[in-house]
Amino acid sequence: MLMQQDGTRSADRPNRFAKGLAADRLTSAEYAENFADLHPPLTTHEAFVEAERCYFCHEPPCQKACPTGIDIAMFIRQIAAGNALGGAETIFSANVLGGMCARVCPTETLCEEACVRETAEGKPVKIGLLQRYATDTMMGTGKQPFKRAPVTGRRIAVVGAGPAGLACAHKLAELGHEVTLFEARDRLGGLNEYGIAAYKTVEGFAQKEVAFVLSIGGIEVRTGRRLGDNLDIAELRRDYDAVFLGIGLAGVNKLRLAGENSLQGVRDAVDFIAELRQAGDLSSLPVGRKVVVIGGGMTAIDAAVQSKRLGADEVTIVYRRGEAEMKASDYERELARNDGVLIRHFAVPKSLEGEAGNVTGLVCDRVIPKNGALLPAGESFRIEADMVLSAIGQILIADRLGNTESIEIAGGRIVVDAERRTSVPGIWAGGDCVVDGEDLTVVAVEDGKQAALSIDRSLGRSEERW
Amino acid sequence: MADLRTNFAGIRSPNPFWLASAPPTDKAYNVTRAFEAGWGGVVWKTLGEDGPPIVNVSGPRYGAIHGPDRRVIGFNNIELITDRPLDVNLREIKQVKRDWPDRAVVVSLMVPCEEEAWKRILKPVEETGCDGIELNFGCPHGMSERGMGSAVGQVPEYIEMVVRWCKANTRMPVIVKLTPNITDIRYPARAARAGGADAVSLINTITSIMQVDLERMTPAPHVDGKGTHGGFCGPAVKPIALNMVAQIARDPETRGFPISGIGGITTWRDAAEFIALGSGSVQVCTAAMTYGFRIVTEMISGLSDWMDAAGHAKLADFEGRATRNFTEWEHLNLNYVAKAVIDQDLCIKCGRCFSACEDTSHQAIAASVNGVRKFVVKDEECVGCNLCVLVCPVENCITLEHRTQGIDPRTGLPYAQPPLDWTRHPNNPTAKRAAE
Repeated sequence: MLMQQDGTRSADRPNRFAKGLAADRLTSAEYAENFADLHPPLTTHEAFVEAERCYFCHEPPCQKACPTGIDIAMFIRQIAAGNALGGAETIFSANVLGGMCARVCPTETLCEEACVRETAEGKPVKIGLLQRYATDTMMGTGKQPFKRAPVTGRRIAVVGAGPAGLACAHKLAELGHEVTLFEARDRLGGLNEYGIAAYKTVEGFAQKEVAFVLSIGGIEVRTGRRLGDNLDIAELRRDYDAVFLGIGLAGVNKLRLAGENSLQGVRDAVDFIAELRQAGDLSSLPVGRKVVVIGGGMTAIDAAVQSKRLGADEVTIVYRRGEAEMKASDYERELARNDGVLIRHFAVPKSLEGEAGNVTGLVCDRVIPKNGALLPAGESFRIEADMVLSAIGQILIADRLGNTESIEIAGGRIVVDAERRTSVPGIWAGGDCVVDGEDLTVVAVEDGKQAALSIDRSLGRSEERW
Repeated sequence: MADLRTNFAGIRSPNPFWLASAPPTDKAYNVTRAFEAGWGGVVWKTLGEDGPPIVNVSGPRYGAIHGPDRRVIGFNNIELITDRPLDVNLREIKQVKRDWPDRAVVVSLMVPCEEEAWKRILKPVEETGCDGIELNFGCPHGMSERGMGSAVGQVPEYIEMVVRWCKANTRMPVIVKLTPNITDIRYPARAARAGGADAVSLINTITSIMQVDLERMTPAPHVDGKGTHGGFCGPAVKPIALNMVAQIARDPETRGFPISGIGGITTWRDAAEFIALGSGSVQVCTAAMTYGFRIVTEMISGLSDWMDAAGHAKLADFEGRATRNFTEWEHLNLNYVAKAVIDQDLCIKCGRCFSACEDTSHQAIAASVNGVRKFVVKDEECVGCNLCVLVCPVENCITLEHRTQGIDPRTGLPYAQPPLDWTRHPNNPTAKRAAE
């Protein structure tokens, strides 16, 4: 129900064009439509038609393009042969979060870009949707396809229950180790639960997936435990046989503009998205009528699109570089533009404007790219805004690692080797918190998996035994 | 536009496309609609003796195997001959022939293997004014167990005997429909000719079990928990049919004997292939049962357009033209060398050619060149087996190229050598020696 000027509430008279921050901008039907599944699942018929398009290539390029190396041709063949459950097992054996990856992977730059039918016809096999079909089928049965190896008695601490931590914990549990999974927040899942755009993972899928992962057994969950607050890395090293850090990037870069912390309506995009993901009722979320999002990555796109879908009238993304430098994929940018989001390039935020404590606009300097540098163009412009979302990157809060021993950090991220070992013996790391992390769920999963295998080897276990 | 008019054993039709004796030709309603759609003729679904009607199962009569996208590539049935009263069929045949005088209306017949039974049926059939009869010696299920259908077609002496009875008792052209469920198709064809038949038609369906229901552990489809063998047809049987047609077409004892080709014909090209191997008309069933009567439009236009392009003014211009090139293995030129060539512009790098060649053939394809994914034929290993051509998903991407110049790196022999077949090959101990 919505509050109107006359004090009455009416579902069919939303605050569509209210100035400033306002909830209830849309009808409940509009909220439902705007946040429905972005890619509805394939029907059985669609899955068969699509699966039969796969050519079952030699050393399939799609598999090579998958950071977790899923045997894609095999799982598609299994679907086509009427064995979707077998297909799911093929997927989960390489990527236990294959269900989420099927929803959020930028397949257009990974497996589907490599698909030979992209070369042949410009229409790759819909690998992501087929993966979702198989994994949904398996998860719909409520069964865990993997059995734990005989218990080893080894204990491993996994810090952070995002994609990297979950994947690591699952593989370690599968190998027979005892895992304690520490998580700072109330819910497990990390960015799957708090970060990804709502229309990519509907119906509480992130929590269903967490339950699926944990159902293997051997994973003890402790929430409310934050590294550096009530969790100490030195104690973990002492109490456990190995430690895996999948702590993500808990900090955010600041705009460093006056008013950033005081003006109502200026906030971080990561928090905005997290709040949206946790909201039970989307109509309760305030959003500006004119929203500016600063940044050029997936977070910026997710924040912009979701603002629009919450009812913002005008949404502008401001990015200091050009189209080609945006980390958001072609597909994501197209999604934003189709939603009516305007993307403005070569604009560097200069100052925030406010009135009566509320943000009213953003002034940007025009810049000109030259030899990789951005030179002042000598002019600026103003965008009216009653909400400004900052999405200019997340950072590791290195202090949380404590001063036990120096874990090597480079470029603000933890340095790991090919096996995801940090510079400190007994500590592995993966996901967004490590160097070369690509900020992709699927890369984090691979990190967690590889770290688990490395930990297992280091404990004198051979993965070949299993 | 090419002239598609057909005169098959004295039976005229505006085009060579006939609907085979089967459910599509069961009654006037169907046949009228088929003629409206453009079919040149029909073979009316098999009539039996007057008497209590035939009883069919009321569960599934058909089964199929599917290709990608559920394309029907093979089909079978356990339906019997017509289950409609004889007099109704005869009345309808008469009316249809009167309404469509330019179309071929042939009536399929199957009665017990007694001269009197055949005599009894021939007279009323002749009175319908139909153009000819087709003796159903092919049906492999149900009727064969009663001593009819393929039970007759599998015994050449019976064929000859029944044909003689028919020729003695009717002036109508007699076509004998042959069963493929035998070892050598030439024997029943010779018997048909010896008995005085005017033509043969083939193939009838192949005895088959389509699937097994793994839950019920019964052949599928099942009727109340039991399955039986049916008659297999559709695109998958075409190669078997082509071979049998060609065997008869080139057999000295049956050369020139009119053949109505049947077996998986789905497009104009299939029809043209049957005609090129000696068929004077073609019969279609599964394609019509899958897609409806309208497909004949494509068949007519396709055949006509191809004939125009190929310079064939009438069907006789190419009828049987491929038969002369159908020979035994021992007469193939063993000095002919072809090798696969992959068109890199068309290649989509799926690598199926590599998987097939590497795992199951001659290891004659490289999967990379200087570390880059690229599929290239190794001439020194390629025997020209054609496997890569067949498994490649892209049309004309891989082709076999006839080599005529230079040395074959596989054998070290020149590509250009005079033709040599097995009968004269030095490795053949029984080779014919020219001067001996």
